[in-house]
Amino acid sequence: MMRARVAYSGAIHEAVPIAGADRAQGAGAEDPDRERLRLADGRMVAAEDVVWLPPFEVGTVIALGLNYADHAKELAFNAQQEPLVFLKGPGTLLGHRGMTRRPAGVNFMHYECELAVVIGAEARQVARAHAMDHVAGYCIANDYAIRDYLENWYRPNLRVKNRDGGTVLGPWFVDSADVADPAQLGLRTYVNGQLKQQGNTRDLIFDIPYLIEYLSAFMTLSPGDVILTGTPEGVVNVMEGDVVACEIDGLGRLVNTIVADVVFGR
Amino acid sequence: MVEHVPATAGCLSMPFDVYPYRLSGTVYGALLNHRSVLAALGESANQLPYKAPPIAPILYIKPRNTLSLSGDPVRIPLETPELEVGACLGLVIGRTACKVSESQALDFVAGYLIVADVSVPHSNLHRPSVRFKARDGFCPLGPAVTARAAVANCDALMLRIHVDGVLAQTASTADLIRPAARLLADVTDFMTLAPGDVLALGSAAPAPRVRPNQTATIGIDGLGSLRIPFLGAVP
Repeated sequence: MMRARVAYSGAIHEAVPIAGADRAQGAGAEDPDRERLRLADGRMVAAEDVVWLPPFEVGTVIALGLNYADHAKELAFNAQQEPLVFLKGPGTLLGHRGMTRRPAGVNFMHYECELAVVIGAEARQVARAHAMDHVAGYCIANDYAIRDYLENWYRPNLRVKNRDGGTVLGPWFVDSADVADPAQLGLRTYVNGQLKQQGNTRDLIFDIPYLIEYLSAFMTLSPGDVILTGTPEGVVNVMEGDVVACEIDGLGRLVNTIVADVVFGR
Repeated sequence: MVEHVPATAGCLSMPFDVYPYRLSGTVYGALLNHRSVLAALGESANQLPYKAPPIAPILYIKPRNTLSLSGDPVRIPLETPELEVGACLGLVIGRTACKVSESQALDFVAGYLIVADVSVPHSNLHRPSVRFKARDGFCPLGPAVTARAAVANCDALMLRIHVDGVLAQTASTADLIRPAARLLADVTDFMTLAPGDVLALGSAAPAPRVRPNQTATIGIDGLGSLRIPFLGAVP
């Protein structure tokens, strides 16, 4: 099943889509503003009348850099021996239909559509063959970066990758049982309705079982920890007012709007 | 083979008697923020792959699996004969801190504690693997949170690391490149810190190294001491 966490009428609720998983499929044909939700308490609400939160209680956020061969090539990176992993804090998280600030004066701020893998059972020194038993489910992540702030120390550093509102998760948490093959999922990003990024999780350099084996060899993974598995090629600069929609087959469509400093009183 | 994980690691809270009363479990730290670290790098900070010394704060995250308490043993993995122990003054955030000014920054601090940044030694700082800093137990904290009012001047505290009782490092927060208030201002310009979050101000170089069956003790003026026994990998 797919479920969201939303704030509505003074409380936080679990919510499910009324039309079921079907309407989350496809290439963004339907109008997301027409989406309707059923709250756990029975109320039916419109998507635009709720505040969408990250769809699960998020623990440690583990992100992959350059985990698609085409994107690594796009950024002129050579083949790697070990996954390029970085960590993110809770302050950067944002839900569906939120706003992300683009600071004045930067030249290159880009989205990154990624498959997010949510851990459901503690994982410590888990072998590849058993890795998928530790996955609770999936969601879409949009992992923004501002390349202007890249420095050559402990890359990519937090000013690039851990900004407030720079890690968008949602709209739905989808149970692993409902994702037939997470290694065959198409990813697409639209900017103002135009397709800009396209890829498929079959092209991950380090696949999900490998990442769980690799990470759990040195750090215990706990329920709620999430692995953002990296982004394919096709990242472009986004500007104030742009609407960025990330889609993954079966997981829905994650929408985010870029806003200027003034919205945040800067 | 199962690594020992301290029982406290998953539920670290360390209550204290000023708001917000508990740590959130989120720990950030600054790297390259003590003058001795840049001094040790010398001219190499201007060469490839770095090209220039850092401009903005260089930060790291110690995820929840790394958190442990004074006295919890830390395992030295098979990949390395020894670990480095960095000693940091940690700020405990008391109020939501977003784009705070340097002059008001310390008003957002609830208190202080000792943060040990334990690492697998690594000489290349360009894109070091997260496994050097994020192993289970690699962030001992404590021994308690001391309220801000009990510390007269956080920019003039001595830090001492003893290994098996022998003094291995002394450093002062007076030698930080960005002192507490400046660092808070620069960090909260792009990332909001929440009540109970910890921001470690950065350790000095060279970091003492420890081997299995040694014990490091970190003391900071007025904050007590944090004891870290090191053990070998589980065979």
